[in-house]
Amino acid sequence: MQGKVLVKPADQLDLSEAELKEEFTRVLTANNPHAPQNIVRYSFKERSYKPISSVDQLAIHFVLEGNLLHKDSDEARRQRAKQEIPEDTGDAEEGAGEERPDSVDVKSGKMERKVTNQFNYSERASQTLNNPPRERGCQTEPPPRAKFSATANQWEIYDAYVEELQKQEQSKEKQKTLVSKKEEDKGKKKMTTCSQNSDDITKVAKVTKIIERMVTQNTFDDIAQDFKYFEDASDEFREQEGTLLPLWKFQYDKAKHLSVTALCWNQKYKDLFAVGLGSYKFTKQGRGMLLFYSLKNSTYPEYIFTTLSGVMCLDIHKQLSSLVAVGFYDGSVGVYNLKEEGPQPIYKSTAKMGKHTDPVWQVKWQKDDIDNNHNFFSISSDGRVVLWTLVKNELVFTDIIRLSVEGSISNGQEGMQLPAMACGTSFDFHQQIDYLFLIGTEEGKIHKVSCSDHSSLLYCFKFCSVCFKKSGLNLLTIAFIFYYFSLRHIQVHVFDLSINKYEAICQQAVAAKKTKLTHIEFNPVYPIIIVGDDRGYVTSLKLSPNLRRKPKEKKGQELPKGPEVEVAKMEKLLSLLREPDLTVNPQN
Amino acid sequence: MSIQTHKGVIGTIVVNAEGIPIRTTLDNSTTVQYAGLLHQLTMKARSTVRDIDPQNDLTFLRIRSKKHEIMVAPDKEYLLIVIQNPSE
Repeated sequence: MQGKVLVKPADQLDLSEAELKEEFTRVLTANNPHAPQNIVRYSFKERSYKPISSVDQLAIHFVLEGNLLHKDSDEARRQRAKQEIPEDTGDAEEGAGEERPDSVDVKSGKMERKVTNQFNYSERASQTLNNPPRERGCQTEPPPRAKFSATANQWEIYDAYVEELQKQEQSKEKQKTLVSKKEEDKGKKKMTTCSQNSDDITKVAKVTKIIERMVTQNTFDDIAQDFKYFEDASDEFREQEGTLLPLWKFQYDKAKHLSVTALCWNQKYKDLFAVGLGSYKFTKQGRGMLLFYSLKNSTYPEYIFTTLSGVMCLDIHKQLSSLVAVGFYDGSVGVYNLKEEGPQPIYKSTAKMGKHTDPVWQVKWQKDDIDNNHNFFSISSDGRVVLWTLVKNELVFTDIIRLSVEGSISNGQEGMQLPAMACGTSFDFHQQIDYLFLIGTEEGKIHKVSCSDHSSLLYCFKFCSVCFKKSGLNLLTIAFIFYYFSLRHIQVHVFDLSINKYEAICQQAVAAKKTKLTHIEFNPVYPIIIVGDDRGYVTSLKLSPNLRRKPKEKKGQELPKGPEVEVAKMEKLLSLLREPDLTVNPQN
Repeated sequence: MSIQTHKGVIGTIVVNAEGIPIRTTLDNSTTVQYAGLLHQLTMKARSTVRDIDPQNDLTFLRIRSKKHEIMVAPDKEYLLIVIQNPSE
């Protein structure tokens, strides 16, 4: 049929032409018209209902689920187990090329199997040539071994620290003075090589000294015991008298023909004393010596100095116990320093610098002056009292007084008629007041002088012995007791003026015959005295208890202890002895 | 050495830091014996003194026996031993 004939169904709408041309827009979307468009879900984050932005538009028209199972899945296995069908029935049909040898029979039901190439598997093996092993080795020389053992005591550790500290200090010093030290180093090198070659004896000198003292102590053991502990029991039976117990004897060969001219104890080291040796005889003047002995070693002196002229007097400085002032027969004075090695004094006065023209009879140290210089006084027969000051490297002298005979003191004006000079022989200073001192002269007069104003003569005594000395014995308490000793030839007399003025409480022969005793000194601490004679011999004696006795205290009365007591006693005695015809200045 | 001329001194030995005698006035065997034994004793004594107080040091050691007295004085490098008969 070619012609199209439109067949109108019966219920078709009848529309007009205009209506037929009207275009109606139809939009085709893929949206599922049944899908909801406003699904709302609760959002916990915003705590409100929120519309979902995109809604699933999938419309499922037809679902048919299949009934095929994978053969390895669980369900399949279960089914197989039910039906007991062998697993690999399908292998032959799947076109395996060759038959595998070990696949079918035994390993049924087992999961682990070698997974090999299913198509074209082949295995081949071959072995390479193994190289023959060879051993190679080498050995080094073993390091040298030495056995080491040491102890680490506390003192070794301490030593190491001290050494380290010293090294550090040295390195600091080296850094500071590099240039100047170079020359010194060269000198030092020479010194060290010399000392290595020298005799070993010098190195053990210090130790030898200790041993010598020990040996001496053993040899003179009984003397040492006596010194410490012996007390003469017989003193209880004697009222006032006492005895002197001889202890050590000190002798030096080279000093045999010299006589002891001065003795002095050292304040700091209580067992050290100095002996000055020279000669009292005018015709027999030679050299002199200065020796230092210690009670610990009576066989050999600790220090020896030889001098050109005889030593007449000496004094050891109270604080600096290494400084010793010495007065010589030729009128000069010198100062020795024990710490220094040389045999020469560190200071010596010469003719230009105020040397005395006559022998110096006494020297005494004073306290340091305002500039902290050491100074000492000296007195000699030329009538002058001179103050020497140690300024840097030299001695500076200052004349203090010139003595004259008549009793009036002049200050040495030149050009005038010189009055006959008195010869001062000894002097001693007031314990507390520095500038006040007493001078004893050969004529037997005692002057009381003060440095600032040269005052007048106070007392006049008549004494015959030149070796008059006022000594003080200091015991453990501070009470002073004045004893007067006078040395007459070979005997030592002890006087205690408070007990008996004219009789000695002890007389004892100390030296052998033909020797004369010349000097005596007390030890400030121990109850011993040393006595020198004209043979260069020094004997030490111990005082028995009676001689050391302090004044008895009356019951109920307090005696003021101290130097004031003894000074007062002295004054009382002196006032009794004073000659009435001289003017007496009142005591201060 | 002047110590040897002292009364009662029987012998003197100087020993160095390792315990070897350097100088002696006794016969060889005695010297060696004394040196060895006393060296050890001195070391022990010194160690004792210094352990108690490291700043302290041994000055000398005296051993008195019935017959004589042995005195030992240690030094930094040396040791001096003297045997004396004290009763003389």
